[in-house]
Amino acid sequence: MKITQLSVFLENKKGRLYEAAQVLGDAGIDIKALTIAESEEFGVLRIVVDKPDTALDALKEKGFVASITDIVAAEVSDRPGGLAAILKVLSDNQINLEYMYAFVEKTADNAIVVFRFDDPDQAITMLKENGIRVLGKKEIQGL
Amino acid sequence: MIFNEKAECMDVSSLADVQSERLKRTVKTVWEQSPFYRGKLNGMGVSCGDIRSIEDIVKLPFTVKDDLREHYPFDLFARPLRDIRELHVTSGTTGNPIVVGYSQEDIDLWSEVIARSLCCAGALPGDMIQVAYGYGLFTGGLGLHYGSLKLGLTVIPCSSGQTKRQLRILQDFKPRVLACTPSYALYMAEVARETGFPAQELGWKIGIFGAEPWSEAMRKEIEQQWGMSAIDIYGLSEIIGPGVACECHCKKGLHIAADVFYPEVIDPKTLKQVPASCPGELVLTPLTKTGMPLIRYRTRDIVNIDYTPCACGRTSPRISKILGRTDDMIIVRGINVFPSQIEEVLLAVEGTEPHYQLVVERGKGGLDTLEVLVELKESFFSDEIKYLQNFEQRISREIESVLGIGVKVRLVEPKTIERSEGKAKRIIDKRSL
Repeated sequence: MKITQLSVFLENKKGRLYEAAQVLGDAGIDIKALTIAESEEFGVLRIVVDKPDTALDALKEKGFVASITDIVAAEVSDRPGGLAAILKVLSDNQINLEYMYAFVEKTADNAIVVFRFDDPDQAITMLKENGIRVLGKKEIQGL
Repeated sequence: MIFNEKAECMDVSSLADVQSERLKRTVKTVWEQSPFYRGKLNGMGVSCGDIRSIEDIVKLPFTVKDDLREHYPFDLFARPLRDIRELHVTSGTTGNPIVVGYSQEDIDLWSEVIARSLCCAGALPGDMIQVAYGYGLFTGGLGLHYGSLKLGLTVIPCSSGQTKRQLRILQDFKPRVLACTPSYALYMAEVARETGFPAQELGWKIGIFGAEPWSEAMRKEIEQQWGMSAIDIYGLSEIIGPGVACECHCKKGLHIAADVFYPEVIDPKTLKQVPASCPGELVLTPLTKTGMPLIRYRTRDIVNIDYTPCACGRTSPRISKILGRTDDMIIVRGINVFPSQIEEVLLAVEGTEPHYQLVVERGKGGLDTLEVLVELKESFFSDEIKYLQNFEQRISREIESVLGIGVKVRLVEPKTIERSEGKAKRIIDKRSL
């Protein structure tokens, strides 16, 4: 049930994010979720896309440093306290969360949040045991 | 094989005799032919008669690069222009370029010392050599060319650049020997990797690299990438070009052709000779040149000299690899920084490429900052910022422990630091001093 995240190294210089976006656009890639983490000197663009392998090839072809990471996408009830509820499950079970961000799209009344864990398999088991729906690759593509 | 056993394996006292004779003749020549040197000698109250042996060289004046600039283009020639067979020009960053003139005897001397160097590196008559130094006003290309002809090699005068064609020639002609700058050898290895060229299998067996300082770590990298023995050759246009000194297979210093280029090592501040085997600025006096003889030319290269005999059988003294340059050296917050120090560190840190650039800036408040741009190897990329930051910090700690001053390391994308087909541009000094 893990999904694929694409991470792209971006030097902190003018137009570099635009260039990455342009490469993805030209390759017909649909971006489902994104976030940028930055330090003073560089950034890492993290995205969930419909065709991760195609996107990775396109970026490398154009000289970007990019890699693939397993992450977990889960449904969060789109109401006040929805996110807190899911984080409580993780916290109560001592599951270490590296970072997270939200999807642009929704499923019905639920928001989708992606999580990066040290141990995604263990986290998936825990989320499911607590009645939280975890989304697979097919579902992400279909959004 | 030793190209000129008589000259290269001479006993110490015979060598001193030869050097003394030749120095006397050179001083006489410049006294008679060069108003510049006659003026300098007069100014110091030195006459030809004061120079009786090679030890008396300390009575003679030094020559510096600016002397050559100021006498642009031909005023230091000791022969009429019609007797000058070839001119080479080195670009300067400031002021006039430097022009060097070769008489026919000088061209013969150049061929001789390069032939010695090629043999020193392990080349044999009948070998094929790919000369990928630039041909033209730069002395690398033609120098290696003349010496190869003298030794009896088959020369492929590729010049530098057109890397894919270089590899094609390597594959089809199978030359055993390569001559170019060490940074170009690494660049070609990178292109070979990208194009799937089997570098270790089909590579040259011997590489003769010079024209820029390079480290032992870089040697290892080149030898491993190409499956070759990488040899350091040294020289400078003002003296003759490449061929002043070259390593033998022992790789324990560069044998200097001391019968024709007399080496001294001085303290650049006091201008006195330093004790044997101590590092200092290399000073060279060509002993047989006729077109543009120079006296005690200050090279600005920092070396030390080993006078003990070498296992290869040559008795010629050996200079160390260039430890630094008095003018490439940058001074940051009072600390002398040589690019080679940074390079050693990067080659030892897994995950970085030996492509780097140093940027020196004067910050607000007048404090200088040294930033080191390092290319990130693809396999070391992570989606986690903290991992990348730790990686930067690890590199800066390693550099700081070598230099003793704080530096800022910045990871940049692969292949964004300018590659050179000639000399690498390692330092960007933005301080307006």
